[in-house]
Amino acid sequence: MEPSAEHISNAEGLALPVAAAPEKSVFEHLHEWVVTVDHKKLGLMYIVYGLLFLVVGGAEALLIRLQLAVPNNHLISPEAFNQLFTMHGTTMIFLAAMPLVFGFANYLVPLMIGARDLAFPRLNAFGFWLSAFGGLLLYFSLIGGEGLAGAGSAPSVGWFAYSPLTSRAFSVGHSTDYWTLGVLIGSFGSIATAINIIATILCLRCPGMTLMKMPLLPWLYLVVSGMVLLAVSPLTAAQIMLLLDRFLGSHFFDTQAGGSAVLWMHFFWIFGHPEVYILVIPAFAFASEIIPVFSRKAIFGYPIMVGATVAIGFISMSVWAHHMFAVGMTSTGNTFFAISTMLVGIPTGIKIFNWIGTMWGGKIRFATPMLFSIAFLAQFLIAGLTGIMLAAAPFNWQLTDSYFVIAHFHYVIVGAIVFMIFAAIYYWFPKATGRLLDERLGRWHFWLFLIGFHLTFDIMHIPGLLGMPRRIYTYEADRGWGMLNMLCTVGAVFQAAGLLILVFNIVRSLLKGQAAGNDPWDAWTLEWATSSPPPEYNFAETPVVKSRRPLWDLKHPTDPDWKYE
Amino acid sequence: MNTIAANSTPELTAGPSLSRGPVAMAGLIIAESAIFTIFIVAYLFYLGKSLSGPTPQEVLKVPIVNTICLLSSSVTITCAVRALGRGRNLSFGVWWFATMALGSYFLFGTGREWMRLIYEKGLTIGTNLFGTTFYSLVGLHASHVIVGLAALLVVLALTACGAVQTAHAKRIEVVAIYWHFVDAIWVVVFTVVYIIGR
Repeated sequence: MEPSAEHISNAEGLALPVAAAPEKSVFEHLHEWVVTVDHKKLGLMYIVYGLLFLVVGGAEALLIRLQLAVPNNHLISPEAFNQLFTMHGTTMIFLAAMPLVFGFANYLVPLMIGARDLAFPRLNAFGFWLSAFGGLLLYFSLIGGEGLAGAGSAPSVGWFAYSPLTSRAFSVGHSTDYWTLGVLIGSFGSIATAINIIATILCLRCPGMTLMKMPLLPWLYLVVSGMVLLAVSPLTAAQIMLLLDRFLGSHFFDTQAGGSAVLWMHFFWIFGHPEVYILVIPAFAFASEIIPVFSRKAIFGYPIMVGATVAIGFISMSVWAHHMFAVGMTSTGNTFFAISTMLVGIPTGIKIFNWIGTMWGGKIRFATPMLFSIAFLAQFLIAGLTGIMLAAAPFNWQLTDSYFVIAHFHYVIVGAIVFMIFAAIYYWFPKATGRLLDERLGRWHFWLFLIGFHLTFDIMHIPGLLGMPRRIYTYEADRGWGMLNMLCTVGAVFQAAGLLILVFNIVRSLLKGQAAGNDPWDAWTLEWATSSPPPEYNFAETPVVKSRRPLWDLKHPTDPDWKYE
Repeated sequence: MNTIAANSTPELTAGPSLSRGPVAMAGLIIAESAIFTIFIVAYLFYLGKSLSGPTPQEVLKVPIVNTICLLSSSVTITCAVRALGRGRNLSFGVWWFATMALGSYFLFGTGREWMRLIYEKGLTIGTNLFGTTFYSLVGLHASHVIVGLAALLVVLALTACGAVQTAHAKRIEVVAIYWHFVDAIWVVVFTVVYIIGR
């Protein structure tokens, strides 16, 4: 694309390139994207990559649901079922959610703090390609899982890969190796990107933007990146140990030689639980940008929002063993992890209160991003409540590894994270492409997905309470879970339809969407001060800010924010 | 939207004063510390839980010369960075080379220790839990020394070409921070393996 100064001054017009640049071939375009170090291109690549795997992981979920729809079903073999839930979990966390979350950080953080790019653009490209390679390696197991010559097979050890299932004796062939290596390489990419985001936010903010004048999104990503450093690294270490066990014959998780299977659980969940917050805090970040703009009010309690996020970051580092109540810890351990888990409810409760406070008395516009955000608020509240139920150790003993747990964490991951990712796509799509996503299709997407989500995951709590364990490939008819499971499956079909509408909407709007202009939502943060899509250098002149809402100050010179902050 | 960058009060024209190199290195060190923490926890957790010999008490010798070498390389690299800051390029090169020599000797010493343990004492990574945790923890540290030496070598090669000048002192210092980290983590590994574990 041809960046020109005209884009910047052209405040309301289309910011699509107008210059008659010589037509490029497909390969030249492809080459440009492969070698790019531009944070916006890399951000979009992360997002497209994440959406692609969201569809793949969604298809796997659909197959799982079809198998479970009726009792005594033989659509899928038990072996294939194990592979499906392993690949579904691993794909959704490492190949869909993480790239989506980092993609938005890549695209938005430099724009929102008035910087030209991330602090280390080439490291950024390196991080993306590492993550992409990790994903390919995981799916390569479908071809090379049993060794290159034989037929492939996907890993089937579950997404948390408990020992001793992962030992050579129980995981023959290479599918588990592909799982380990794919996750390990992806985690290197995540750590590199997190370091980059931290350096960008701490070093490259535009003049006037003190930490407490920064929009909430970069603030929350600063916390998330810090958590990535502390939480993803233990996973890296544990994966190295697993590789040593599998290839060099060490005994970290080998109980026959005195090793401990429980140690793997600890190491995995030291990563695994903060990971939930690594994914949900970006959802909070999107909500903290979208809800104020569509309520026409500044965020309620900005310093408290920052403080609550930091508190969540700290507390979430000490809750991991609530995944292990059923393993048998001391009562002191149980009490500690139950209480620390319940403590997380306080800062998250404060956040929900503040978002509602932002909406309170506001002039709310129910555009698609806001619809998803409102649904997020309600669903995240419910997800938090079942979370507190599961944090009580005795209750947990009863329901551990049941569909109640599955329903709970899908409420967090789909109901909160995926809903806010959808909101963010609708909100920032015009900035990235210059075209609005279609509102009518957006509503269809929203309502179909909302109905499907509640049909699946509200009902899924009940078979859990009735005792249906997770990871079973089928069940007997006399259990009485048949009707409930059928309804869950119907809901999954609704969700799939919603997701397909989103994909269709993206393609259609890219081709003939309504022109967005620079600032379609009348928003206040710096990314809306430049053209849509932004030129490669982002801002023709380095912006200077005096408040948290620089564009408000610009639009209302007689009543600027900095007088009150 | 040019007005957003319009003339404003002078105190608003400067961004944050932190520079990206040290901040990123600090981030890397935090991540690396977390990795080491997991390996150290595993070492301490499995201490004395081996089902068969040899035990640390039987086979480990305290690597005093090695440790002195590695720790003094922190001093030499500080001298090197200081010399570069004062424009004494030759002195920088000499101190830098001395750092590499000390680091290489440490690596050599570790190699000799492993040779002795493997061929004389019959301790490999698969022998028992002590072997598993010992080789992985000390090996993790040694691999960091190797990465550090590679970085030092790049700087040395650039110095030999005359490409490293006083203007680069800040960047060279980032490499030095990493080297200090490698030394500092050895103090912890040394304490865990050779003092607590022995």
